[in-house]
Amino acid sequence: MTGIAERPGTHQVEISDLNFGYGERPVLKGINLTVPKGGLVAIMGLSGCGKTTLLRLMGGQLQARQGSVRVAGQELNGMTEGQLYAMRRQVGMLFQFGALFTDLSVFDNVAFQMREHTSLSESMIRDLVLMKLNAVGLRGVQGLMPSELSGGMARRVALARATALDPSLILYDEPFTGLDPISLGVIGRLIRELNDALGATSVLVTHDVQESMKIVDYIYFVSDGVIIAQGTPEEIRTSHLPFVHQFVWGEADGPLPFHYPGLPLPRDFGLSAAGG
Amino acid sequence: MNRATLNTWVGLFVLLGFLAFLMLAFKVGNLSLGGGSGSYDLVAHFDNIGQLKERAPVRSAGVLVGRVRSVSFDARHYNAEVHLSVDAQYHFPRDSSASILTSGILGEQYVGLDAGGDDKMLKNGDEIKLVQGAMVLERLIGQFLFNKAQDGGNDKSSNAKGAP
Amino acid sequence: MMGSLVRGLQNIGDSALRIIERIGAVVLFLGQILGHSAPSFRRFSLVIREMYYAGVQSLIIILVSGLFVGMVLGLQGFETLQSYGSSESVGVLVALSLMRELGPVVSALLFASRAGSAMTAEIGLMKATEQLSAMEMMAVNPLARVVAPRFWGGVFSLPLLAVLFGAMGIIGGFLVTVVMLGVDSGAFWSQMQAAVDFRHDVVNGMIKSLVFGVAVSAIATFEGFEAPPTAEGVSGATTRTVVSSSLAILALDLLLTAFMMKGWN
Repeated sequence: MTGIAERPGTHQVEISDLNFGYGERPVLKGINLTVPKGGLVAIMGLSGCGKTTLLRLMGGQLQARQGSVRVAGQELNGMTEGQLYAMRRQVGMLFQFGALFTDLSVFDNVAFQMREHTSLSESMIRDLVLMKLNAVGLRGVQGLMPSELSGGMARRVALARATALDPSLILYDEPFTGLDPISLGVIGRLIRELNDALGATSVLVTHDVQESMKIVDYIYFVSDGVIIAQGTPEEIRTSHLPFVHQFVWGEADGPLPFHYPGLPLPRDFGLSAAGG
Repeated sequence: MNRATLNTWVGLFVLLGFLAFLMLAFKVGNLSLGGGSGSYDLVAHFDNIGQLKERAPVRSAGVLVGRVRSVSFDARHYNAEVHLSVDAQYHFPRDSSASILTSGILGEQYVGLDAGGDDKMLKNGDEIKLVQGAMVLERLIGQFLFNKAQDGGNDKSSNAKGAP
Repeated sequence: MMGSLVRGLQNIGDSALRIIERIGAVVLFLGQILGHSAPSFRRFSLVIREMYYAGVQSLIIILVSGLFVGMVLGLQGFETLQSYGSSESVGVLVALSLMRELGPVVSALLFASRAGSAMTAEIGLMKATEQLSAMEMMAVNPLARVVAPRFWGGVFSLPLLAVLFGAMGIIGGFLVTVVMLGVDSGAFWSQMQAAVDFRHDVVNGMIKSLVFGVAVSAIATFEGFEAPPTAEGVSGATTRTVVSSSLAILALDLLLTAFMMKGWN
């Protein structure tokens, strides 16, 4: 399988033969992955399988040990700090719990990048911020502090902030975690709409199968640091790979056992001595 | 917090700090405006300086007129070379004398300047020729005992002669 | 027996190495802060904001402590000096101990526990909640935007606080000895002025507090920036800030005092 391989150069993100580890422990082993321009791709897997690490590698916050990570055709490995910061101006990232700056108001949070990176006038910034907030339906909370927002609202503000400078690549780290069903639907819809409206490319890291299946174009399945399956939502849903099937349908037992490996049950309860 | 309020508070803080600094400089420390135009150096050689330290006061008629800038051993004359830094607003005649004195019984030692009668004044780098070193307690006691012993010896010898 | 002795020695060696390693890490971090300080001065409002949190919010504790310390010094000094019949010199005692030692040292210790710990906790929490990561992804260096302004805010605040502490202490000493115990006011001030030297006592004290400000701010921001991103990690880092900056203040005080007494006339 070659993913949704198209002509080279049309990919926003290209990862090939990527290896990465923390200390001795390998986390990602030989990852190959491409995201086409304008695409909305999900990376799925269990907690701790290396999804978030993959996202951080795309943002240049971590450096690969082997292999290459290319964003918009530029190799991230070996970039200087200055080059990395320049590259990140093209990238927006939504963090798991929003990561809004707690000491700034909603308005200032969204305006943050505009003030840091552009020399726009305050009135221009005001218009832009209100437009961004309007896009996520939260123009009304501009004066509040992040601590006064609900989880779903904070996530939407963070989304407005991540797209403040119209990035060409948007990275989402678990955007659905800890949201009520309504907020979940709203965020899902916004991710799709923003991607299409901005003409951006989006990578979504999530373990929420049902919600992301509704919006994404393509899915990569990561388990234990390797990509074990990929395909369109429809292909994944009908996949016969046992692990994927268990994951998609949320079955308690399957190839991934319910029990974490340990001593045999009788030994742990001290029954084997009595039996013997 | 509003930016204007913030700036006001920090401004107030800096102002308070500056006022406190001025208080420490002028009310507590001995920095003075105008008179702080500088100082000039004088040199004096003493046979013995006792406990005199750098930065000890230089007084004339009991008034602080300067400080000891440095104390060193003069290897050629085998005595102590003392540099005095005297406030530029005070001038002393060429034949003034310097002596090392003690304030109180246990107090610090200082250099006392006694003005002479010469028309010419001491200039920067000049040496004070008339000096009186420190009184060292052991020598004073030694001298006292020696004198006493001499007196006592005389008395005793006369008494001895008269004794039966 | 031998084994435990060797192990004991090893432990001592290990902790000594760890301490040196940590000092080295703080110094390197200080270098990084200095390298990323340009934006703090281009946008000085960032530093002013931190001076509010580090300086203005420490004002009350500094002023009140200064007053009390001065009063105690006045009482103790009066008690002792009276038996030598020189209670007028109490002003000298109060002023010299405040200018040379207590002002810079006590205000730095208070600053470390009041503002330093807050700095660590704030930066540590920003890290734990991924705010620093988010900033990095927005192409803004957290060292330049978060750490450096806090560092400079601390460095500028502490000497001001130390001066205020000293001034308050002298007022406290004045209140106790002159107003309450009846020492002559003229003698109090004149003896003080004769004994306190502007450059050697006042300015040296300020140099001390400037050095302490650099040390405390560097340690506090370092601990926050390097804190493990958990609740436990942040609380541990906060404690470490107070402990290591207090030790650093006292050790640096010894060094600086020795330097100032010996030389650089």
